[in-house]
Amino acid sequence: MGERRDITLTVNGASVSRDVEVRWTLVDFLRHELELTGTHVGCEHGVCGACTVLIDGRSARSCLMLAVQADGHEVTTVEGLSPAEGLSPLQQAFVDNHGLQCGYCTPGILCTLTEFLETNPDPSEEEIRIALSGNLCRCTGYQGIVDAALAYARSNKGSAE
Amino acid sequence: MKPAPFSYHRPESIAEAVAMMADLDDAKILAGGQSLMAMMNFRYLAPDHIVDINRIPELTEIREEGNTIRFGAMVRQRDAADSPIVQARCPLLIEALSLVGHMQTRNRGTVGGSLSHLDPSAEMPAVFSALDAVLHVSSACGEREIPIGEWALGFMMPNLEPDELLIGITALCWPVGHGYAFLEMARRHGDFALAGAAALMTLSGDGTIERVAVALTGVDTGPVRLEEMEAVLVGRKPDRALFADAAKAAESVAGIEDVHASRDYRRRLAVVYTRRALTLAHERAAQGRP
Ligand code: FES
Ligand code: FES
Repeated sequence: MGERRDITLTVNGASVSRDVEVRWTLVDFLRHELELTGTHVGCEHGVCGACTVLIDGRSARSCLMLAVQADGHEVTTVEGLSPAEGLSPLQQAFVDNHGLQCGYCTPGILCTLTEFLETNPDPSEEEIRIALSGNLCRCTGYQGIVDAALAYARSNKGSAE
Repeated sequence: MKPAPFSYHRPESIAEAVAMMADLDDAKILAGGQSLMAMMNFRYLAPDHIVDINRIPELTEIREEGNTIRFGAMVRQRDAADSPIVQARCPLLIEALSLVGHMQTRNRGTVGGSLSHLDPSAEMPAVFSALDAVLHVSSACGEREIPIGEWALGFMMPNLEPDELLIGITALCWPVGHGYAFLEMARRHGDFALAGAAALMTLSGDGTIERVAVALTGVDTGPVRLEEMEAVLVGRKPDRALFADAAKAAESVAGIEDVHASRDYRRRLAVVYTRRALTLAHERAAQGRP
């Protein structure tokens, strides 16, 4: 067995303390230790974006970070983006606009869009496509995903006005 | 795959980090992890020791010092792009950063990490080459300053000894209102560039070129500065024909050949992107002229 360390971090708002093997990636820690299997693993080398989570509110690839590096930080996974019951408005926009088929890419895309739409609440289609360029989807052809993001941004604008 | 076992070290100061690098055999520095972690997951690399420099506050500062900006090596690409100092003094870096990977990788990836990893098609080395940057390197024996032109020793091989740590980069700012451009050819947004060009320009009162710098990425093991072409351009009245003619100098670059593009295609891109970067930098210099 490899070297281990104690870490304490916040995951989806709750404080978590664990003894981890230092070589574990953050995504394996989330899935295997915390059983938060909403975050997916595609490529394990930073290309597909399936493992995207929010670290202190910023999207990042959890396959390119060690669990031990998350010590003291705040991690939000797709589970933390959903309300206790039902779906978040962004998730509902995905359902309404055929933003997913198999759903493998969806958790990562939701995390990416959460950060992106916070920093850019009224994006153009082109800006959305650039923001999504780090998340691969093999099913939808992206059109439904872009539609969902646009619909969400539009409905937010409506409620803000 | 998963990384092979290693020992993990987390220094809290530069002094502590370089002492570790002096003591430990087969140690690797972990900065933003956007390249190293992928290589470790592949087991392409399996170092015995990882020295994580993410908790060294001295390495995360961006400071304006007279006519220069000093970047700590651990400045994240995202933070460099958000910095008002960089936005005001170094728009070339801002333009290039928007092409470095994706939002998620820029949130973790660092300026110093990109320079140390030294991928031949990375944007940062070309930007800092155009900016005549100096790299600050530290070890238990003291500090060294390395001009960017002496940074790349070979393919993904920076001018760093195994016990040395890149701690900062000083870039020379150009006058307010200068022209700049970073343009590249990549198959998809955020992909590694096949080739790209960074250009900086200022104009004299009569509209002739006062000063110009052009550096290329993706065409050799390190960034390529087109100094001879720059010398030819200074004092000339800019127009399309001048830039088209001058850009032919980029044809002489070594060119790299891989599955993504042939050597000839990269040389061709070098010429086209040199011309386009000169043209855009000139347009902006003309607009910014007081
Ligand atoms: S699993 Fe992390 S980017 Fe693919
Ligand atoms: S919905 Fe299947 S990969 Fe995106």
